[in-house]
Amino acid sequence: MNVLAATAIFRTRAWYRFSRNPLSLTGAAIVLVVTLLAIFAPFVTPFPEHAGAMVDFANSDRPPDGRYWLGTDGVGRDYLTRIIYGFRISLVLGVVVLSIAVPLGVGLGLLAGYYGGWTETIIMRVTDIFLAIPALVAALAIMGFLEPTLINAMIAVAGLWWPWHTRLAYNITRSVRTEDFVVACQVIGASNAHIMLREILPNCVPSILTKVTLDMGFVILVASALSFLGLGVQPPTPDLGQMVADGAHYLPDLWWKPVFPGLAILILVLGFNLLGDGLRDMLDVNL
Amino acid sequence: MSVGRYLSRRFIASIIVLIGVSIVIFLLARLIPGDTARIAAGPRATPEMVEMIRERLQLDESLPVQYYYFIKGLVTEGDLGLSIYTNRAVTTDIVEFFPATFELVLFSGLFMVLIGVPLGILSARHRDGLTDNIARVVALFGVVTPTFVWAIFLMLAFAYALDLFPTIGRLSDGVTPPPRITGMYTIDALVAGQLAVFADAALHLILPAFALALTGMGQAARLTRTNMIESFQRPYSEFARAYNFGPQEVAFKYALKPAMIPTLTILGLDFSVMLGNAFLVEMVFGIGGMARYGVDAIMHKDLNGIIGTVLVIATFFLIVNVIIDLVVAYLNPRVRLAAR
Repeated sequence: MNVLAATAIFRTRAWYRFSRNPLSLTGAAIVLVVTLLAIFAPFVTPFPEHAGAMVDFANSDRPPDGRYWLGTDGVGRDYLTRIIYGFRISLVLGVVVLSIAVPLGVGLGLLAGYYGGWTETIIMRVTDIFLAIPALVAALAIMGFLEPTLINAMIAVAGLWWPWHTRLAYNITRSVRTEDFVVACQVIGASNAHIMLREILPNCVPSILTKVTLDMGFVILVASALSFLGLGVQPPTPDLGQMVADGAHYLPDLWWKPVFPGLAILILVLGFNLLGDGLRDMLDVNL
Repeated sequence: MSVGRYLSRRFIASIIVLIGVSIVIFLLARLIPGDTARIAAGPRATPEMVEMIRERLQLDESLPVQYYYFIKGLVTEGDLGLSIYTNRAVTTDIVEFFPATFELVLFSGLFMVLIGVPLGILSARHRDGLTDNIARVVALFGVVTPTFVWAIFLMLAFAYALDLFPTIGRLSDGVTPPPRITGMYTIDALVAGQLAVFADAALHLILPAFALALTGMGQAARLTRTNMIESFQRPYSEFARAYNFGPQEVAFKYALKPAMIPTLTILGLDFSVMLGNAFLVEMVFGIGGMARYGVDAIMHKDLNGIIGTVLVIATFFLIVNVIIDLVVAYLNPRVRLAAR
């Protein structure tokens, strides 16, 4: 049997495993729907102008009704619209953070695992140091030294996310670096860069892909916590964590204010989590 | 390897990590954009005050020299500098604010272990049964829901709607805090014999501690379940079953201990998430602990306050993990018996 046929069978089996699980499908559906809503926000939201610094005091603090499905905020802006725009910020933030943190973390993990010795000691001990500071506290501290903006929030979260990927890539690299295909490559004189990127890295891909999907949810969680504390995205940009924080002042009477943005974060993270679990089963990786 | 050597090795590793944390946070605080002295002195400082700060922090010296003075002050006098936010020594602030956080985390840890572990044992014994599925849902929603959202949901349901618990603060209005010994109201009240104050403080702690525990509780249950199932299949469990011990005895006398070893190790690492989340819970429930102090320090760009907060939290994390290593050493006969 040739390689192509083998992959094709693996693909169908993997897909079968994935599609058999209703939870994985739910996760995929949530992620898909939220992403589409976020991309087409100006066209699908009932009041696109409510995403900015708009004021409509006549309709402020309205409970959910036929016109405003999820109620309005203190200055009369529609919560449904602002939540969908909030998805936009969350998704962009997650993607940016991971596209900085993952290559950095995986790169360092490959180096540490492949070269061993001092390279390994230094990289892995620095990783330990970063893992000893709680992610949220570290992000808070970094935000304390910088101005609270979206860009800085991304820097802060990315700056503490890479160690997890370093560990993951390091462990996989250690386990394959003495395998025959690596040794064979060394014998025929391939460069170290070639071996790391072309021979070892592909072995990390399933694990990294799964972890990245799960991470999307957790990055969004940490970022929403930052903005909940007032250290992330600044108003009037709609941000889910910040909406919860604002709304929490009006408990219990104006309950919809914190509850709906809170549920929105929950659903978003749930989607990525279920999808990540599905991928884990499908690609058969251990994290 | 003997217990002593095993533990001293872990302990030294923790100290090294802690030194690393102090270097990282110190560098961050010194390399921020702008004039460090200007920021450290606060927005209302006069030029003379800025110069004074510059001199006190030795900002004209090289970074390693600055770090040396910082560590020297910390080790010899426990001095972390002055907080521009509270205008007191950071160490004094930490002593005042840390106990509330410690109390919250302690209660939360109790919930996590007392509910999570039994839930995991039950799930392992009745796989795919009702308990198992409940535990699954708890674990999933525990992980995907932001802690501050949990806190708000619990507050809405149990404090506002059902009126079972107080909403915010550490004590009811009009209740005098007990004489300060540890700074933890529940323990101080017990020591002073003020049962009414203890009950009030404990009542105020239940919701926040539960909100904080939810993330870890499901995790603890799932980990216990996985490791118990594995443990049930091991020869020692088979052996116990062959000797006709009942399922109860096999579970608690044979399978649980080894199953707790990996569970505890992972929970120890997850403790860092819990410490971060404690910040959120404190904000929602208006508990004046380390989190409130840390967030206020951040808002006021109080460099010394931020450094102090991070160091305390990291130390707390590392100490808990050393304690977990101790417990694991006790549970694991391979470590414990090697000492004989």
